[in-house]
Amino acid sequence: MTFTPTELEVEGAQGGEAARDNAPPSPPASGRRLARAFLKDRAALACSVYILLVLLMALAAPLIVKLSGWGPYEFDQSAVDPDMAGLPLGAAGGMGAEHWFGVEPGSGRDIFARIVYGARVSMTIALSATVLTSVLGVVFGLTAGYFGGKVDMVVSRVMEFLMAFPALIFMIAVLSALPAENRQFLLVGVISFFGWPYLARIVRGQTMSLKEREFVEAAKASGASSGQIIFKEILPNLASTIIVMTTLAVPGYVGTEAGLSFLGVGVVPPTPSWGQMIASSVPWYAVDPAYFLIPGACLFLLVLSFTVLGDRIRRLAETGGARA
Amino acid sequence: MIRFLLNRVAGMVVVLFLVCLFTFVIFFVLSPDPAVQVCGKNCTTEAIDQIRANLGLDRPFWTQFWTFLSGLFAGRTYGTGANAVECAAPCLGYSFQSSQPVTDMIVQRLPVSATVAIGAAVLWLLAGVTAGLVSAVREGRFADRFIAGLTLTGMSIPNYVLALALQFLLVVTLRWLPFPHAVPFGEDPVQWFMNFLMPWIVLAIGAAAVYTRLTRANVIETLQENYVRTARAKGLGPGLVWRRHALRPALTPIVTIFGMDFASLLGGALITETVFGLNGIGKLAADSITKNDQPVIMGVTLLAAFLVVVGNMVVDLLYTAIDPRVRVGSAT
Repeated sequence: MTFTPTELEVEGAQGGEAARDNAPPSPPASGRRLARAFLKDRAALACSVYILLVLLMALAAPLIVKLSGWGPYEFDQSAVDPDMAGLPLGAAGGMGAEHWFGVEPGSGRDIFARIVYGARVSMTIALSATVLTSVLGVVFGLTAGYFGGKVDMVVSRVMEFLMAFPALIFMIAVLSALPAENRQFLLVGVISFFGWPYLARIVRGQTMSLKEREFVEAAKASGASSGQIIFKEILPNLASTIIVMTTLAVPGYVGTEAGLSFLGVGVVPPTPSWGQMIASSVPWYAVDPAYFLIPGACLFLLVLSFTVLGDRIRRLAETGGARA
Repeated sequence: MIRFLLNRVAGMVVVLFLVCLFTFVIFFVLSPDPAVQVCGKNCTTEAIDQIRANLGLDRPFWTQFWTFLSGLFAGRTYGTGANAVECAAPCLGYSFQSSQPVTDMIVQRLPVSATVAIGAAVLWLLAGVTAGLVSAVREGRFADRFIAGLTLTGMSIPNYVLALALQFLLVVTLRWLPFPHAVPFGEDPVQWFMNFLMPWIVLAIGAAAVYTRLTRANVIETLQENYVRTARAKGLGPGLVWRRHALRPALTPIVTIFGMDFASLLGGALITETVFGLNGIGKLAADSITKNDQPVIMGVTLLAAFLVVVGNMVVDLLYTAIDPRVRVGSAT
């Protein structure tokens, strides 16, 4: 599963960790206590602030770019030095009042504007992939766990098969074979296609143990239909697991999108994405370090924030806010 | 035991067959006509037809798939008569770009990938398990929290960012390491080591972080087990408790993921090999993607899938050897 060992592997390991504590979820803690514990946690708070900032940046991209004065596709030949193979003029990759984060060597495109628009692309893809994966994972996990028998066998086999696949290499293979139009939809589709078993496996396990509990039996005895039991009895009890798993999945997908774009099978230029910006900075890393440091740092902080946040939320969900 | 083995092998064959089918469908149904690509510019319709006949593209899908499959096991012949080309046993076809047999290209690059993977694996196992043990022993104290911070960082840093940052810091700014270039081990072992050091570190950091967390969680869990309490209660010293009772069950899950990670790393270090310019299988894959060289991409994909599937199976077998609990009732 590797080409960036951080991504799917981490997810797989987390799946393993979470799968081990298959114990029924702890009694629901009061929302207010959880919120208070969360607010006291400075690291979690800082991470949320950064994530919100990136989200805001993504949402208000056109506005922000108007403020900073340069669009993501505008070339500024006056900011680069044609005698130095297009190296940005000025220190630190041409940072200054005109271009806040400097410019791209060669084209002179504004890096700040591209970061802002790149956030849009990266977040859209990562969040859509997370939503799609969660829906698929919950639907298949619930069905397999609740109905058991043949349904379970078929779903389990498919999951095993997908998890035995070297997912990233296959994503690359599929994406490189498919036409480049609508890459963003393809990316979401391909990431979700290989991603859902990790959530489904855990949902399946928990559903299997939940459906043996007394309250489900009671619902059954009082004549509830399968649909009612699934949506009213089982699904609410899975909520904390689903929230934790999805928060932990987001950084994986941010990284996957960036990695695929880095390899040239993701977002197609000139549309900016953080991974693709880093890829185009590779030939320049020695002479213009700011060019890879800025998108690199943005990406790293985003993945870190989601990872820390997911970690904290999991701990909160496990301890019910008793220990922050 | 024999039933279990047969079951596993059968499962593996099915997965591999499906992998072949899946790859084949992707490349020969979804992608643009390979014949046009082989032909290149200034191509005539006759030439394309000729190539299609040579590659067997004019035949129905299942026939093509069968030829491809049998080519893997028995080799196949391209073209007819005087132009016939024999492609030996594990035949993966010929590169559209260089016309080299794909099998040869892969075999040539295997040593580099193996070096990268083995070195990284040694590094991450050592670092991960040690850090995990330290965290578990000092649970809740400074060392534990410090390591927890490091692992979160290590897990979050994308490895191409790390690769560029390391290269900028160690090679360009501090000049501690030479600019990466291929040096055979026999010629200059020191240079060789310096050359592979950065790729090893880059690949190991993310995995080491995961292994640290896993080791820590497992050890802490095991130490709370009843039999460990019993061992302590009957007066065993801490050293003996660790060696005899705690370590083995705590470390068996590591074996499971290690097998898979190592196998997938062998065929999948695309980014690291590309960034450091190492001529391994990952770089071959990345290059062939940019050039849209389908037979090569397909060959590498199949190899990667094969490695992962075989790795999974080896792990399962090892697991039954290490963990006696799995042996009974494992034939599910």
